Amino acid sequence: MSILIDEKTRLLVQGITGGEGSFHAQRCMEYGTKIVGGTSPGKGGTVHLGVPVFNTVDRAVKETGADTSMIFVPAPFAADAILESADAGLSLVVCITEFIPTADMVTVLRYLSGGKTRLIGPNCPGLISPGKSKVGLMAGDIHKPGRVGVVSRSGTLTYEVVSQLTALDIGQSTCVGIGGDPIPGSTFAEILMLFEQDTETDVVVLIGEIGGTLEQDAAETIKNNMSKPVVAFVAGNTAPPGRRMGHAGAIISGAAGTAGEKIRALREGGAVIVENPARIGRSVAEALAKGSK
Amino acid sequence: MIKAQVYAGGRGKAGGIKQASSPEEAGKAAASLLGSRLVTHQTGAEGVPVEQVLVEEAVNTERELYLGIVIDSSRRLPVIMASEAGGMDIEEIALKSPEKIIKTWVDPAAGFQPFQGRQIAYGLNLQPELVKPAGELVGNLFRLFKTLDCSLVEINPLVVTMDKRLLALDAKVNFDDNALFRHPEIAAMNDKGQVDPLEVRAQDFGIKNYIKMEGDIGCMVNGAGLAMSVLDLLTLCGGKPANFLDIGTANNTERVVNAFRLFNSDPAVKAILVNIFGGMARVDVIARGIVEAYSQMDIRIPTVVRLAGTNVQEGECILEESGLKIIRAYGMQEAAEKAVAAVKNR
Repeated sequence: MSILIDEKTRLLVQGITGGEGSFHAQRCMEYGTKIVGGTSPGKGGTVHLGVPVFNTVDRAVKETGADTSMIFVPAPFAADAILESADAGLSLVVCITEFIPTADMVTVLRYLSGGKTRLIGPNCPGLISPGKSKVGLMAGDIHKPGRVGVVSRSGTLTYEVVSQLTALDIGQSTCVGIGGDPIPGSTFAEILMLFEQDTETDVVVLIGEIGGTLEQDAAETIKNNMSKPVVAFVAGNTAPPGRRMGHAGAIISGAAGTAGEKIRALREGGAVIVENPARIGRSVAEALAKGSK
Repeated sequence: MIKAQVYAGGRGKAGGIKQASSPEEAGKAAASLLGSRLVTHQTGAEGVPVEQVLVEEAVNTERELYLGIVIDSSRRLPVIMASEAGGMDIEEIALKSPEKIIKTWVDPAAGFQPFQGRQIAYGLNLQPELVKPAGELVGNLFRLFKTLDCSLVEINPLVVTMDKRLLALDAKVNFDDNALFRHPEIAAMNDKGQVDPLEVRAQDFGIKNYIKMEGDIGCMVNGAGLAMSVLDLLTLCGGKPANFLDIGTANNTERVVNAFRLFNSDPAVKAILVNIFGGMARVDVIARGIVEAYSQMDIRIPTVVRLAGTNVQEGECILEESGLKIIRAYGMQEAAEKAVAAVKNR
């Protein structure tokens, strides 16, 4: 098993004819992902990368039976693209696009809440279940099938961690990049629960960073709902203090956004904390050897 | 009242707001502020330049209130916040007695509702005749927040004057950078004088994510999370980063060349550390950018390069064939250690 995607995933690529969409769709196909079609308004009826292109997601889903979509649509139109795929009934939407206005995401997440569509991202590298399916930008060959789950807010830092794992011959069940935006479609806490329920995941690596309170929420979940060990790293201990104006940000989150506060919360929640980002792989190896939490 | 107009709060305590009782005094106060740099707890130690002041009537106030709107990331909704304790110490009050902050969240589907204005107005214990105007004020402020895609709107203090009027004595508005494409008129208002000159240069170079720091190792990394961990790692290895720089995902060599131009024009930089893990960004493009940078400028600072990810073989080949004297590393620990050593051995 794995979470969210596997060899049965039927993927639709929104924005398949664009430069990045095309490049990465091809990479996913080469990895073995079952891409069943793409959308590009105005190019319906054509064929791109050997798969049919549709004008609308609704049509594409009806014709191909797609259950997942990956979005490469430019930021001004990306919120619309997410809503279109949710409306078409897809169970998983992975939005790669970065720089989407926060107000657009407020509306999107309100629309999605309580529905059957899970959103990963935006501003994320996507996800991969090694050896089964890749729905994202990550280089497939740095991964290896196995029993460690990875969930991260950062794209490239995840690649770094995965390559450390693979170099130590530690494979991964699924690696999920939830994205770097202030309000992501899926949270650490939600993905942790999916890993907890996955019979083929033994240890989870959580890669957090400064800002927001997602890590604190994750710490609560680890404490109350998880039996599997979680190895955590929080980036930004030495980050320059962000400049800010006004007081509202501090009123709503206080000091919770700092790396120190997040590390404290995660440690209290029972996670194994790694200080050195170059040693995350080794810490996972130790956690695997130790077994339970 | 003479108020320094800068991109920072906390001006009152920092001496950026002065009172005058005659035009002469006002002139003196303005002269002392203009051309100075104001350091508040919201700026760095270098402060921000004061190039404009606002001169306004001093008002006799009965009460000082706080009113602000921001996105609450845990609820994923805009939150309107108000407090009876306006003025300078609002953050402390939020920390020590959070129950004194009144909050109401706006659903994007329903929009702002009149009851929310009443909730704030009654929560602030306003006198009956001010409840309606206060509710309208809150509604209008939310309209501003939404229409202009703000990330923050704040009136602090919102005062009740002796003659029972509501008056905004000071306000701050932040805009969502991602939504500026919808508001070119707002984008045009950006005052570059308020930002570090190297950061302005970075912006002009298309590098959106650059923050100047105190150290001597210029860092070019792709992705904010990896960039932060490289800073963390450098610090663990005894090094001092000169900057945070996320080169982003642009697949053009020009941005890489421009990053080197930034390092080369910063006298503090004694070594350069490039750590790229390609995903959306392709390693071959980065490598080509490094080679171009060396061909376009005289780079005498040692450069440590670590490449991995999408198209890494092509990238390695490009660097190999260039014959450039670049220090190579094959892991982030090795890269950080070599950069620290490069500074020490100079």
